[in-house]
Amino acid sequence: MTTHKIKQGYDIKLAGKAAPEVTEANPAKQVAVQPPDFRWLRPRLTVEPGDSVRIGTTLFVDKENPEIKFVSPASGKVAAVNRGLRRAIMEVVIDSDGKWESETFDIFSDAEIASLSREKVVEQLLNSGLWPYLRQRPFSKPANPADTPRDIFINGMDTAPLAPDVNLLMEGQEDAFQAGINVLQRLTEGKIYLSVNGNLPLCNAFEKAQGVEKHGFIGPHPSGNVSTHIYNIAPFKRGDVLWFLSAPAVACIGRLFKEGKIPVERIVAVTGSSVSAEKRRYYKTTLGASIRSLVEEKTIRDEDVRFISGNVLTGRKLEPAGFVGFYDYQLTVIPEGHQREFLGWISPGFKKDSFSRTFFSALFPQREYERSTLKHGGLRAFVQTGEYEKVVPLDILPMHLVKSIIAEDVEEMEGLGLLDVDPEDFALCSYICPSKIDFESYIDRGQHMCWLEG
Amino acid sequence: MKALQRFFEKIAPQFEKGGRFEKFYPIFEMTDTFLFTTPETTERGPHIRDHLDMKRMMVMVVIALLPAFVVGTYNVGLQASLAKGIQAGLWENFWSGFLTILPIILVSYIVGGFWEVLFAVTRKHEINEGFLVTGILFALVLPPTIPLWQVAVGITFGVVIGKEVFGGTGMNILNPALTARAFIFFAFPGKISGDRVWTAIDWAKDRLVDGYSGATPLLVASNAAPGQNAVDAVHAAGFSWDQMFYGLIPGSIGETSTLAILIGAAILLITGIGSWRVMLATLIGGFGMAWIMNMATGAGSPGIFSLPAHYHLVMGGFAFGLVFMATDPVSASGTNTGKWIYGILIGVLAILVRTVNPAYPEGMMLAILFMNVFSPLIDYFVVRANIRRRLSRA
Repeated sequence: MTTHKIKQGYDIKLAGKAAPEVTEANPAKQVAVQPPDFRWLRPRLTVEPGDSVRIGTTLFVDKENPEIKFVSPASGKVAAVNRGLRRAIMEVVIDSDGKWESETFDIFSDAEIASLSREKVVEQLLNSGLWPYLRQRPFSKPANPADTPRDIFINGMDTAPLAPDVNLLMEGQEDAFQAGINVLQRLTEGKIYLSVNGNLPLCNAFEKAQGVEKHGFIGPHPSGNVSTHIYNIAPFKRGDVLWFLSAPAVACIGRLFKEGKIPVERIVAVTGSSVSAEKRRYYKTTLGASIRSLVEEKTIRDEDVRFISGNVLTGRKLEPAGFVGFYDYQLTVIPEGHQREFLGWISPGFKKDSFSRTFFSALFPQREYERSTLKHGGLRAFVQTGEYEKVVPLDILPMHLVKSIIAEDVEEMEGLGLLDVDPEDFALCSYICPSKIDFESYIDRGQHMCWLEG
Repeated sequence: MKALQRFFEKIAPQFEKGGRFEKFYPIFEMTDTFLFTTPETTERGPHIRDHLDMKRMMVMVVIALLPAFVVGTYNVGLQASLAKGIQAGLWENFWSGFLTILPIILVSYIVGGFWEVLFAVTRKHEINEGFLVTGILFALVLPPTIPLWQVAVGITFGVVIGKEVFGGTGMNILNPALTARAFIFFAFPGKISGDRVWTAIDWAKDRLVDGYSGATPLLVASNAAPGQNAVDAVHAAGFSWDQMFYGLIPGSIGETSTLAILIGAAILLITGIGSWRVMLATLIGGFGMAWIMNMATGAGSPGIFSLPAHYHLVMGGFAFGLVFMATDPVSASGTNTGKWIYGILIGVLAILVRTVNPAYPEGMMLAILFMNVFSPLIDYFVVRANIRRRLSRA
């Protein structure tokens, strides 16, 4: 195993980690599939409220690529199709009947998997709705079935604030993970890479995995981001198509081919300082489970909170009646900020955590802090330079990249590496920015421009 | 405090869209967020943000300037006392210096602040904190005898032409405080150069001690005769290295004390606000160039050629420019590689102007402004190199 040391980056000292214990959650009465989880997806509905569905019934398809199906993770009835701004579909909600009836798929032995045709693998993945687990670079969209990727990157680590321990998610998944790898091998002529946390002992699934090239990553966030792995293992070149997916998703794919059923179980870590400590743990629940089934109201310590599917850096803000996202193994609950502080700009700041050393909190590097959603400042033009590079472990000039996007100069932004990256790689730039500039939105806008240009 | 906060909440609607004083929203916003931290929250990821904002960042620079301000204030009083042959105590000197420079700082802040607010109100954007720094920086690089109307004209030029015409803080090409000083330097040279402006005395009325010249050490070194050792000339004029390091010499208000400036540099470096790359590069450039000039010293070369680097550092505006002006992140090079080139060239140019250009004893201001103009070009090449590196992967 090759180990890569990542120097640039920053671990936010956030309070609210989940205890490493897995408990059974209350069965989710409602589950949902949410089109905004899939980048730039324009969904076409194939069900209506009131329709009966089983696990694996198609709920909507991708308008541009109707082969890509998005399926129900529960059996029951379609309860609602909730729309947001400009009537965009935000969620398709299913009332679970508690029977978990499933569509069935072909079952293969290990030997059969090894000799499967690519067409059969693609077909089974598309029909089961597991295909969107495979995402492509550039653009991090669900992969295009017509492409053959140069390589496939399996991400077996997560370094985001309060992120779940991937080893815990992979417990008991040894065979499924290996089967998943074997399936993925049918999809590429290139290599399959597995990135793991170099600081932790490997879980059995990773230790025993065959047919993958293992790479360990050590260092602060974003050492666990796919872009960091690609950049250090086999950098993206113009014209490349790379696929990536998370290690638990590989195990899901493995189980589909071994068991013939869609695995809809999902372990979700409930994190964040707003949840009382004893309830912060890992819950075994269902894909797309409702927040209400995971966090009871009485266990929330703060009056006004924000629910985030995923982590505080890149997660999606949810309504209290919302659902955990397709790619997320984490739910974060933090307090909404309201309080205003008198002459805050001159306060010594013993309790104000900062990437800079402009507060006395810098003297206590071990402390963890409860953080709210306050921005702590108004929007300004770019002023500070040289800081953003400290949190981006790629050969990228973050400020110049964003400026080229503001100028809508597509050639320049591609030249500066816009296709090598994902908005998540710039979350820490937005976090540390004293001008409070939203890097992620700019990167997203720029990539959308590039994508439209083809 | 609660009552004050409630008052602001009550009057807020009058300044918001559709309110009676909608136009003056930037002024309201400035006062409101000056008193109380902003209640704005994030809309999407990242859902939490760092506590550092532009206010804190700029205030850190102002704090870093305080040592230079304090020692400079004392020194203004001290130099006047020395020139007049008065025995004065620490506090007396500080107080008389304070009375001399307070009007300069007030005029700089009030007139510059007026323009800043005017542009914010017309352009409907929030008032930028960058001016907190520009206002005091400009005052500290002026001689204590500067007429107040020139302060007003200078800061107006610096803020309007140096910054606002480009779009405000963050968009400017030149350092506004240095632009202001350069304007005064070329428009009214009589009041900002020579040997009669650096001490707060009235040459016509005050009774001065015998033989008092008022020349700064840099001027003495610059005027050293060909073949003469500049260090001897400086020592002969009564300036020791220690004295120059502590800042007990005539000069611009905040520029004299290298010690105080180094304390400021430490604050900027520890907090991470100032770029260590720019500071180190400028130091390397300056020391390297001074060493080259030392090597080039011949029998007939100007005396200042022989001035060693550590003397250059404590004389004139080199240290102040290095720590507070070259590091301005907006007008400096924006790339880390670029910062090295930018800094080294500032150091080289500053010493080059000091040594080979007889017209200007000091070269730091022009060197920084010159490199401000070039930093976009330096960045351009660094950015091209990044793009080429990526293409070469294919």
